[in-house]
Amino acid sequence: MALRAGRSDARGPGAARRAEALTAYLFLLPNIIGFLVFTLIAVLASLFLAFTEYDILSPPRFIGLENFRKLLLADQTFRIVLRNTVLFTIASVLGSMVLSLGVALALNRALRGVVLFRTAYYLPVVTSSVAVAVIWTWFFNPDFGPLNYYLRLLGWHQPPHWLGSPQWALPAVILVAIWRSVGYDMILWLAGLQAIPQHLYEAAAIDGAGAWARFWAITVPLLTPTTFFVLVVSLIRAFQVFDTVVILTNGGPADASRTMVLYIYNQGFEFLRMGYGAAIAWVLFLLIFAVTLVQWRLQGRWVVYD
Amino acid sequence: MIEVAAPPVARRRSFSRRLRSGVVLLISYLLLTAGALVMVAPFLWMLSTALKEPGRAFSYPPEWLPIPATTENFVRVLTRVNFGRYIANSLGVALATMTLEVLTSSLAAYAFARLRFPGRDRLFLLYLGTLMIPGQVTVIPNFILMRLIGWVDTYQGLIIPNAFTAFGTFLLRQYFLTLPPELEEAAKIDGCGFFQIYRLIVLPLSGPALATLAILAFMGSYNAFFWPLVMISSEEKWTIPLALRFFTGQAGFYASDWWLIMAGASIAVVPMLLVFVVAQKYFVQGIVLTGMGGR
Repeated sequence: MALRAGRSDARGPGAARRAEALTAYLFLLPNIIGFLVFTLIAVLASLFLAFTEYDILSPPRFIGLENFRKLLLADQTFRIVLRNTVLFTIASVLGSMVLSLGVALALNRALRGVVLFRTAYYLPVVTSSVAVAVIWTWFFNPDFGPLNYYLRLLGWHQPPHWLGSPQWALPAVILVAIWRSVGYDMILWLAGLQAIPQHLYEAAAIDGAGAWARFWAITVPLLTPTTFFVLVVSLIRAFQVFDTVVILTNGGPADASRTMVLYIYNQGFEFLRMGYGAAIAWVLFLLIFAVTLVQWRLQGRWVVYD
Repeated sequence: MIEVAAPPVARRRSFSRRLRSGVVLLISYLLLTAGALVMVAPFLWMLSTALKEPGRAFSYPPEWLPIPATTENFVRVLTRVNFGRYIANSLGVALATMTLEVLTSSLAAYAFARLRFPGRDRLFLLYLGTLMIPGQVTVIPNFILMRLIGWVDTYQGLIIPNAFTAFGTFLLRQYFLTLPPELEEAAKIDGCGFFQIYRLIVLPLSGPALATLAILAFMGSYNAFFWPLVMISSEEKWTIPLALRFFTGQAGFYASDWWLIMAGASIAVVPMLLVFVVAQKYFVQGIVLTGMGGR
C-alpha cells in the first residue's frame, strides 16, 4: 500500500521514491482539487470574464478591452469610487498605524494590566465586522447616539450627521475602520518591539542617551521591518474594505462613500454585469499588486535589517 | 505569546529621573485607559441598549445604565425573529468549514513539508502566489460555478468553496518544518507509514498551529459577509451577519427598533468574544505566525 511506502527499502530506492511521490499526491489531493477549482481556475475564469459582457442569463460575449476602456475613461462613478478607496486607504492605514504604535509603546512600558488593556484593544478585531458596523450605526445616530451628545457637550453645537452627510460619511467609515484595526496593528508592533534586544537600551543609557534619543536611535530603526510589514498588510486589507461600508452607509449618500469592492458587488450582483464586475476586480488586484511591488522595491531605502 | 518586558533599569537613578519616569508611566496609563474606553464604549452602548425597555433607547441625554433592565428584547429576538436559527446556521457552517480546512490543509502541508515528489517546489510557489490575490477576483466565477451546479442558496455552497485554502496549507507547512525530524525518522524505522507518522506524530506535536488555524478559520467563516450575501436568499439559511444586515439597513425590518437590533448584535458578538477570551493566546499567535513567523 502506498501509504506504507516508508519502509520499502527492500524494493530499491527507485520504487521507494515513486511510492513516496504517490503518497504525497494522495496527501495533496483533497486540498489541491479545491485549490484548483476555487482559486486557480476561478482566477483564470475571472480574467476571461473581464473581457466579456455577461449577464448570467445569456452566454458571455467577448468584447475585448471595452470593459477597461469604459471603466478608466467613461465611468464617472468609478472615478469617485477610486478616489474614495484611495482616501479611505491612506487615512485609515495612517490613522491606525500611528495610534496603534502609540498604544504598543505605552503597553510595552506598562507593568500591570497589560493583558486587560490588550484584550480591550483587541476586542473589535475578533468581532464580526457586520455586527460592529451595526453597533456604530447606532452610536453615530445624530439625535440619540452618545457620540454627538458628547460632541455637543464639548461645544460643537451642530455636530455632523455622520452617515447621512455627504461630507462626513467617508470620514465616519474611516473612523470605524481605524477603531477596528488598532488592536491588530498593536499586536504586530508589540511583537516588533519585543524583538529589540534590551541591552541596546541599557548600553545607550549608560552612554548618557536620553529617552528621546534612545527612541530615535534604537526603537525607530530597529522597528522598520515591522513598520514595513504592517504597512504592506494594512494597505492590502484597506483596499478591500466592504462589510463596514455596506452596513454603515451602503456607499451613500449618493456615492460619497462607495468603495471599489462595493462597486464590484453593485455591478456584478445587483446589475448582473458580471464581466464589468470582474474587470473592476482585476483593476483592484493590479492596484494592490502595484502598491505592494513599489513598497517591496523601496524597502531597501529605509528598512533596516540586521 | 507576547510578554511585556520590564523597562531597562539603570542603576542608581537620581530622584529627578525616577520622578520623570514615574510621570511618563502615569501618562502612559492615562492614555491607555482613555483609549481602552473608546474601544469598549460601543460594546457597552450595545449591551445597554439591548437591556433597556423599548422606548428608553430614545431618551436624551443618552443613558449608559439600563435602568430598569429587562431581558425582554433578547426573548423577542430569539422567539419572534428566529435568531436561534441564524446562530445555528452560523455555528454549523463555521464548524464545517473549519474542520474541512484544518483537515485538507494539514494533509497538504505535510506533503509539502516532508515528502519528496516531482514539482513540489513549483506547486508550492503557485500556492504562495495566489495568497496575494484578493478574494473579490474569484467571487464572480465561483458564484457562476455554484449556479451551474445548483449550489446557490445551499449550505454546501457556503462551506465547500472556503474549505481549501492556500493560506492554511502555508501556515501549517511553515510550522511542520520547525518540528524535529528525528522522531519521524525513528517512527519510519519502526515501520510506520507516512499516514501513521502524520496522524500519530506530526498532528499531536502541532497543537498550537492547528489551534491557530482552526480559530482563524472559524472566525473567518463565522464573521463572513460577502460570500453569504451573494449566495443565500432564503431566510431560513441566513447566517448572523446576513440577519443583522436585513434587520438594519435602509430596507431593514426593524430599522428603528434599536433595542431589538442591539439584542441581535449582542447575541452575534458574545460567542466570538467568549472564544477569544478563552483562546486569546492562539489569536495573538495567529497574527504573529502569519505575519512575523519565519521572518
